[in-house]
Amino acid sequence: MDILKKLEKEKLTGRGGADFPTHLKWKIVNKAKDKDKYVICNVSEGEPDVEKDRFVLENYQKEMVSGIKIAIDFLEAKEGFIYLRNDYYSKFSLQLKYWISDYPIKLVREEAGYIGGEETALIEFLEGKRAEPRVRPPFPPTCGLFGKPTLINNAETFYCVDLINRGIFKHTRLYTINGDVENPGVYGLDEDVTVKDALKETKNLPKRKFFVQVGGGAAGEVLGKNQLNVKVCGSGAIIVYDARKTDIKSLLKKWIEFFMKESCGKCVPCREGIFRIYELLQKPNTDLKLISDIVYSLEQSSFCGLGRGCALSISSLFVNVLRKSKAGEVIL
Amino acid sequence: MQNLKLRKLKITINGKKYQGSPGKTILEVCQENDIFIPTLCYHPDLEVKANCRVCVVEVKGRNKLCTACSTEIEDGMEVLTDSEKVEKVRKINLELIFAAHVEKCPTCVRDGECLLQDLMRAYEEKGIYKVRSNRFEDRKKTWPNFQFGPSIFFDSSKCIDCGNCVEVCDKVQKIKFLEVEGKGYRTRILPSSSKMRECIYCGQCAVHCPVGAIQEQSSIDDVKRAILDRKKIVIAQIAPSIRVSIGEDFGMSYGKVVTEKVYAALRMLGFDKVFDVNLGADFTTVVEAEELAERLQKGKDLPMLTSCCPAWVRYLEFYFPWYISHLTTARSPHIHLGGVIKTYYAEKEKIDPENLVVISIMPCTAKKFEICREELKVNNMQVVDYVLTNREFASMLRERKIDLKKVKGEKADNPLGVYSGAGAIYGASGGVMESALRTVYEKITRKTLLRLDFKNVRGVKGIKEATVKIGKKALKVAVANGIKNAKEILDRLHKDPKLYDYIEVMACPGGCIGGGGQPIPVTKEIRKKRAQALYTIDSRLKVRKAHENPIVKKVFKEFLDRNKKLAHEILHTTYQRAEKQKDYTSYL
Repeated sequence: MDILKKLEKEKLTGRGGADFPTHLKWKIVNKAKDKDKYVICNVSEGEPDVEKDRFVLENYQKEMVSGIKIAIDFLEAKEGFIYLRNDYYSKFSLQLKYWISDYPIKLVREEAGYIGGEETALIEFLEGKRAEPRVRPPFPPTCGLFGKPTLINNAETFYCVDLINRGIFKHTRLYTINGDVENPGVYGLDEDVTVKDALKETKNLPKRKFFVQVGGGAAGEVLGKNQLNVKVCGSGAIIVYDARKTDIKSLLKKWIEFFMKESCGKCVPCREGIFRIYELLQKPNTDLKLISDIVYSLEQSSFCGLGRGCALSISSLFVNVLRKSKAGEVIL
Repeated sequence: MQNLKLRKLKITINGKKYQGSPGKTILEVCQENDIFIPTLCYHPDLEVKANCRVCVVEVKGRNKLCTACSTEIEDGMEVLTDSEKVEKVRKINLELIFAAHVEKCPTCVRDGECLLQDLMRAYEEKGIYKVRSNRFEDRKKTWPNFQFGPSIFFDSSKCIDCGNCVEVCDKVQKIKFLEVEGKGYRTRILPSSSKMRECIYCGQCAVHCPVGAIQEQSSIDDVKRAILDRKKIVIAQIAPSIRVSIGEDFGMSYGKVVTEKVYAALRMLGFDKVFDVNLGADFTTVVEAEELAERLQKGKDLPMLTSCCPAWVRYLEFYFPWYISHLTTARSPHIHLGGVIKTYYAEKEKIDPENLVVISIMPCTAKKFEICREELKVNNMQVVDYVLTNREFASMLRERKIDLKKVKGEKADNPLGVYSGAGAIYGASGGVMESALRTVYEKITRKTLLRLDFKNVRGVKGIKEATVKIGKKALKVAVANGIKNAKEILDRLHKDPKLYDYIEVMACPGGCIGGGGQPIPVTKEIRKKRAQALYTIDSRLKVRKAHENPIVKKVFKEFLDRNKKLAHEILHTTYQRAEKQKDYTSYL
């Protein structure tokens, strides 16, 4: 059985956050007729409070590189790239080179920040251009790096590929649990685990009033205490906030400052909208209605996932956590 | 395959059924069917960037709004272009854009033809949601101005970061002078600090800017002052391509010829005399053809390069100075005519040339730079005092509430308003070449040229080549339509220096009809119509060869041939290596 069939059988989905069936991506790149193909391993891990890719680098480097090699061999790719977050590059590049050995795999130090994790922005960066997302379609599997079919998978996905290839894949994935918890860390749990079970199994379910952010410490969806029976999605992170300890406005500020720093500036809602939310948050009587309007535009019309992520965290916080006035408007 | 291409897709827009070809975007189908969708960063000359997010539409079955400019139609697609959801998002995005654009409408040359202003007004009138231009505080109040030579003015406080200027500079012109720096809300567009990059003043950035952040450096106030000065005799001369484009700004169709209306309107603005640069072009052709014949005979400095496009000249002087000797020494048409005005005409009319003010109405921003060149002075006088772009001219008319459409046509003034068809086509890419060929053919062979149309050098292709039989000689010519094609031709020449004998370059796509000073919008289709109009003017004229223009003959006979030294000063010029501007910051 070739690797493609194995991936399909095991129903592996992308571990970067989008949960796209991995075998479909591989299939498209495999079918493409171009002579030159590329494989990219995305280890940009820019989302705050997510550390699972670091965990992969610390513990399963060999497996991850092996997964990339499997892809290169299977697709007969010309070259592979490992795109590493700045500090990961400093820390792990020597070891990675050891595992890469004589394979045509280049290590690339990330300079583009959070947006560089967006796969088309990553490709633009590798081409030496400004890291901005591309208009899609075409998608990277048909037209990626230098216009050639390109497979981009997350570090953990490649790790899983290696496990599947060896027939030892246990249908687990890595979860980062962080925030106001007793046992923070990265855990390997069932790939369909719910938020509640994940917290329970790791002895992290808080006793006090709390809410969580699932998927990432900036772009993740905020869920209230009674909404935890859902699958952990996105990049598999759960950040727990103690409801009494957490100052909502500071939390909003923290998120927005992050997005403001990381926005590439390409599209209006993200470049202008996020800046205006930041401005509004500096004022004593923050106009939450106006913030909601901007968030709506971010959700509906951002160019890429960065703006939508920003919208998701803020709107879910408003809907799931904040109190509402009699007129139905949220209050801080 | 053929069937596939012909197959139409059925889509529903706002409840009505339409058809579109596969590969078309929602925006294209809407534009074909006159369904309004607001756009800012979209431009048919450029790749789709989908930055501004005001063309958003709702597509049934998709949970997020789609940008009409970047979404291809699919069979059975259902689109809403003005649902409540769409209007709500458009409104907030427009308000956000407005807050990044410090409105200086009353003093802006684009007042009345600004995309953002149009949208704002449209939404103030009929939008479901009222758009408020002042919902957020202007965030760019303190942002600086930049000046590129005496041609381009970039007010970064008006920039909405759509990226059109960078795109056109980088991809269409391949000059790569404008760059994007920083990210997020700190994103700025800046002139390149690289020593290897310099602005050629073509003004394509200005034509593609939706809001007038980049525009020409205005000479309107200077011109008004000259008109008001009673001591001065103020002369306007209009470039070949003005007459086929300015009508657009007054609701006339693309390519409408309004030559006589322009003459009359100029007089209404207070100009004392109105002349025509088409005549100047005939002078240029005669001088240039003579030089070409001479160079062909001597086999020296070939291929000869045209020089009437000042952006091209600057390009060569900065990027390829070792080719300078190949440029024709003939001056450009409006400089020729300006020189004739300030000498021959002044003498004939017994006017002190110091009291003459010559103003060229040009499709071009680089011409503002050209008139400042020291080596173009005659008798130590600047021969053209100011250049107004076609847009500035239109804006002066609008300000005076002169509706060009209603203006009754008049003739140009004697004697400098008589032109041949050869001069008329100077405004289109290939026109200079064609005019020169008509003259050089007769000059060398001393036979009458019967087939005047050189169709191989016409049209919108990037590089046009032809071999023209002149007597025994097969003259190899090439036309670069747009500056990026000039680079390609120079690269070819580098490999084979004998590849061509004569090369025409126009920096702007389509030639002057697509120039940096032309009315907005400009697209490939519009350029085609403007060019076609010029060829129609040519085909209807009796005199179609520059050297047969009676006024050219007369001025040579009565004046230029008698004053050889002065004639040389009026007709020829020199060139030198160009330096990069030291500081682009403007303190205006």
